[in-house]
Amino acid sequence: MFSKEKYKKLVTETAEKSPLFRDCFFAFTVGGGICAAGEGFRLWLLSVGTEEKSAGFCVTLSLILLSALLTGIGVYDRIAKVAGAGTLVPVTGFANAVVPPALDTKSEGLLVGTETKIFSVCGPVILYSTLAGGLYGLILFAVKMLGGTL
Amino acid sequence: MRKRIRTLSKPVKFLSAAAVGGGEEGRGNFGKSFDFLCPDDRFGEKTFERAEGEMARLSLGFALKKGKIPPEDVGCLFTGDLQNQCAATSLGLLSFGIPTVGLYGACSTCTEALICASLWLCESPENSVAAAVTCSHNSAAERQFRTPLEYGAQRAPTAQWTATAAGAFLLGSDGGEGMPEIREIMIGKVVDGCSPDASNMGAAMAPAAADSIVTYLRESGFEPSKFDAIVTGDLGKVGSALAEELCFNEGYDISGNHFDCGCMLYDFSKQDVHAGASGCGCSASVLACHFLPELQKGKYREILFLSTGALMSPTSVMQKQNIAGIAPVIRICGGEK
Repeated sequence: MFSKEKYKKLVTETAEKSPLFRDCFFAFTVGGGICAAGEGFRLWLLSVGTEEKSAGFCVTLSLILLSALLTGIGVYDRIAKVAGAGTLVPVTGFANAVVPPALDTKSEGLLVGTETKIFSVCGPVILYSTLAGGLYGLILFAVKMLGGTL
Repeated sequence: MRKRIRTLSKPVKFLSAAAVGGGEEGRGNFGKSFDFLCPDDRFGEKTFERAEGEMARLSLGFALKKGKIPPEDVGCLFTGDLQNQCAATSLGLLSFGIPTVGLYGACSTCTEALICASLWLCESPENSVAAAVTCSHNSAAERQFRTPLEYGAQRAPTAQWTATAAGAFLLGSDGGEGMPEIREIMIGKVVDGCSPDASNMGAAMAPAAADSIVTYLRESGFEPSKFDAIVTGDLGKVGSALAEELCFNEGYDISGNHFDCGCMLYDFSKQDVHAGASGCGCSASVLACHFLPELQKGKYREILFLSTGALMSPTSVMQKQNIAGIAPVIRICGGEK
């Protein structure tokens, strides 16, 4: 039989590769499209007199709501199948990481199902954003103690 | 010297076989041959896990009906599925009240169950009947082994699609005139698949399949052409090419008569299933829907059937342990006319 190294090489040669160019193209266009749509919405909100800060929040929340809704009705994963990182990287990807485990574990009940497992995919995102927030707060605190501003 | 092949003390007949499948299977190549199809994959159940159990129940029900055998005449049931602790088949088949042996061989469980049932029958009195039932459910398996269902992730081209299918077989050492029979068995060896990549199971199972095919041919002295078909369970496109290459390297060219259930269940031109089908239900349903009827009709005289299993757990994969493969073998001969 083949040696392990020779077999691994054979596997690499035989396995069909992901279509890199196509994947990058759709990731760029769909991801860029989501961001452009968000920016368009923000500009419209500003034009109708929304405060700058509120307009930003509105866009983020709308995108999260929309992707959670699309996930719930089973459309998001079909778009993501083509778009890949294009739907993963924007804030929509975060919503899509929270809703599926919540829906999936519904059958095990609220407490041991949905509530326990809801962050099973996006746990690292929440962990690191909380940590980063804390760290930023500490830095800000230290800078202010020394009399500086950020 | 036959170290691993065993000839059964009496041939074991397939008395009847049945298969049930989901929507994707209905759109596949054997859509018309299934005994029952459920387009929404739920089989009237609230959860996919229960649906898998219901599929096992339905398939055995159809096999009993087709064989005109009451459940109380079945002496032993050999079952397996892809859920934790084989909950689907244990709970799904509970209502039949048949003494049961639960098996786990990942996707190789179909052949494993047929081997166990054959051996049990060889030690049983005349007119004994044994049953072998295996099933898998795509949605239950995705939850068990991969990501939540609606999570938007791109699958690798080498990834396979777990079949939502169940196959049930009733076996007996007597009766079943004109039905195909199992004459020889060979237990599979656990072979290192050389990779922890769960999105390329075909590559992880190919060395085990090749080991079983080459060992069988070497010990029996047969050429691959002796068989109308050398049937592997669910190697998929990648694993099939690799297994053929590995066998060729050992001096056996099986490319002419090698068939893979994983490459046969779905229609690649219409269905987006990447490298092909997988799961305990894949080889079981293709055996029930295609190979047994063809053997019965006489289109095939003799086949070598080896379901292939990828042995791993989600934890072992996360801990970067290599996936191992296993491929038990049975030799099935067409019924004598």
